[in-house]
Amino acid sequence: MWEYAPAPESRDIANLKPNYRMFIDGQFVEGAGEPLKTVNPGTEEVLAEVSTAAPADVDKAVKAARRAYDRVWGRMPGAERAKYIFRIARLIQERSRELAVLESLDNGKPIKESRDVDVPTAAAHFFYHAGWADKLGYAGLGPDPRPLGVAGQVIPWNFPLMMAAWKIAPALATGNTVVIKPAETTPLSALVLAEIIQQADLPPGVVNILAGAGDVGSAVVSHPDVDKVAFTGSTEVGKLIQRQLAGTGRKLTLELGGKAANIVFDDAPLDQAVEGIVNGIFFNQGHVCCAGSRLLVQESVADELLEKLHARVSTLRVGDPLDKNTDVGAINSREQLTKIQELVETGDAEGAQRWTSACPLPDKGFYFAPTVFSNVSQAMRIAREEIFGPVLSVLTFRTPDEAVAKANNTPYGLSAGIWTEKGSRILWAAQKMRAGVVWANTFNRFDPTAPFGGYQESGFGREGGRTGLEAYLDV
Amino acid sequence: MSENRIAVTKTYKLYIGGAFPRSESGRSYPVVDAKGAFLANAAQGSRKDARDAVAAARKAFPGWAGATAYNRGQVLFRVAEVLEGRREQFTAEVAACEGVAVKKAQSLVDAAIDRWVWYAGWTDKVATVLGASNPVAGPYFSFSVPEPTGVVAVLAPQQSSLLGLISAVAPVIATGNTAVVVTSQDRPLPAVTLSEVLATSDLPGGVVNVLTGRTAEIAPWLASHADVNALDLTGAPESTRADLERAAAGTVKRVLRARPSEDFTREPDLARLRAFLEMKTVWHPIGV
Repeated sequence: MWEYAPAPESRDIANLKPNYRMFIDGQFVEGAGEPLKTVNPGTEEVLAEVSTAAPADVDKAVKAARRAYDRVWGRMPGAERAKYIFRIARLIQERSRELAVLESLDNGKPIKESRDVDVPTAAAHFFYHAGWADKLGYAGLGPDPRPLGVAGQVIPWNFPLMMAAWKIAPALATGNTVVIKPAETTPLSALVLAEIIQQADLPPGVVNILAGAGDVGSAVVSHPDVDKVAFTGSTEVGKLIQRQLAGTGRKLTLELGGKAANIVFDDAPLDQAVEGIVNGIFFNQGHVCCAGSRLLVQESVADELLEKLHARVSTLRVGDPLDKNTDVGAINSREQLTKIQELVETGDAEGAQRWTSACPLPDKGFYFAPTVFSNVSQAMRIAREEIFGPVLSVLTFRTPDEAVAKANNTPYGLSAGIWTEKGSRILWAAQKMRAGVVWANTFNRFDPTAPFGGYQESGFGREGGRTGLEAYLDV
Repeated sequence: MSENRIAVTKTYKLYIGGAFPRSESGRSYPVVDAKGAFLANAAQGSRKDARDAVAAARKAFPGWAGATAYNRGQVLFRVAEVLEGRREQFTAEVAACEGVAVKKAQSLVDAAIDRWVWYAGWTDKVATVLGASNPVAGPYFSFSVPEPTGVVAVLAPQQSSLLGLISAVAPVIATGNTAVVVTSQDRPLPAVTLSEVLATSDLPGGVVNVLTGRTAEIAPWLASHADVNALDLTGAPESTRADLERAAAGTVKRVLRARPSEDFTREPDLARLRAFLEMKTVWHPIGV
């Protein structure tokens, strides 16, 4: 087989600075919290120092957001708001290469994903919502739906820029102001987005971006002057937040974990299915809440599929996130790597059969070789718990009903995949699936026009589409 | 008819899985009218009754959610027909429970029946109005459809014994959910009569389950129950609302935080329909 020569993207494009500051009331400011060092998970080197928020900074940010809401943003005509949001979208596009490199440096995701998925989707969300700002009366939520006020938002480390866009764009379009906290391990792209917001000349205080760990997030969501909370992250933290907000009357939306089933029926085009399975679980190192982490294969094709899958996964190139030929990048942090390793060990201990790609791994950095467990039973932890890494569990089934029963045998309900050539079976299975997003003969597709969100313990509320506007309106 | 005729009094029971059991706890409590006069004993539902009701609602869910929207609409219209036939009985019960004049009670009952008809008509329209074909930027067909969220625990309004009750229950089942309803604690009689209407209106057993008793006693079990998907807090006593929300967080339930002060005579909107729907987005590649 031909080997690929290294094709590294230049890290200089990221315009990395030694220090990054938080963005409050239109200004970049030092936070009073303990500064944090953000690390390149691909090399373990420190990328930059980032100032973080103390409780007083959270309060300052919320006050700024309140002022901006009362005086400017909440009363601005939608058509004017739209132009600001449109500007942000264009500026993201203009700086897309810089943002992609920065994202790969800070997060560890392959440059081909940050370049082709994260950054374009982030821009698309601003474009899409810019158009809604002056058309909210047509969203089916009443003739003149009102914003809620100040939105407190907390986002995870797996898609740092894209999640920021998913949260900020609809909030601004609906007339709310924002205090947002990116994850502790991936603050950089959101702080560069703050530069973009400044370049777009957004009125001060409309968007405030804080850095810090879970304590800062907790201070944001529990601040008494926040009217709406939006959280994307683990189910565990989501439950805490829902508990915290109990009795306050504040509106809440949660996008939490998942353990998606990817169902392959015996008539599926197997080669296509293999591509979809790989995309489903190895996209973004498996750091995807909607990852297809449980493969359900019809017994009659299981051996054949597994063989093809092993062959395909063996070709995945794991390594330098900035290499354009890298398929699987770095695990976001040492802590996450340890979690993955621990869960994988329970798979061994519980008797699942482990297959790990023989691909070489870099000496430095946090990497985990793509791993496929077969002979997995529904009771095993690797079939029940979210691993959030490049680890696939393979189960089998005999009848369509059994496939659906096994797929739905989880407290989660974010996404599902179906592979079959039979249209009626696709629609039947899609209807039976207790999941907010169902991909048939494809996987991991995202678009601002298509509502995304979960059932059950995967959370409530939707992001995207007309449905997504509801989360930010008083309806 | 003799002026001295003794009335046949009614024994009020729970409604679970299409049957009318007494509370397994054997308990009952007196229901009095607005002036304090004894009306009847109602069953005092227990934790076990609540769990039985959830089991019945779960069992009924696949059939009810899987029925065609047209079929659900037919059943709900049938309920309205039977409600209309019991107009006088409801009027008497609402007048007694709520202490309003007969004329006022009549208008509340009429509004309740009309409200039911309004929701019945939504069964086969809600997907058109809330669903979408998503114009995604790629060769995919992507569409979003609203689906029922599952078993919904409804804490019915305490004051509005029929109009409020129907305003809370009808949207839950119109969208394909099944319901466990805890009635108004002090004004439960119209709810029991509604159960009799539902039992004789082609509504499959278990789609609506009605528990009379102490809301504050039963509600926590429903709020924390892992097989309940959503919770309507409307009739929750003020002092328990935050606790119930906290309990609901354990399983990330959807919570409708409507206040007990909601004015049910006001024209309804889609809020109560939307509250118990999940939006499902389905993608498929386009190609030959």
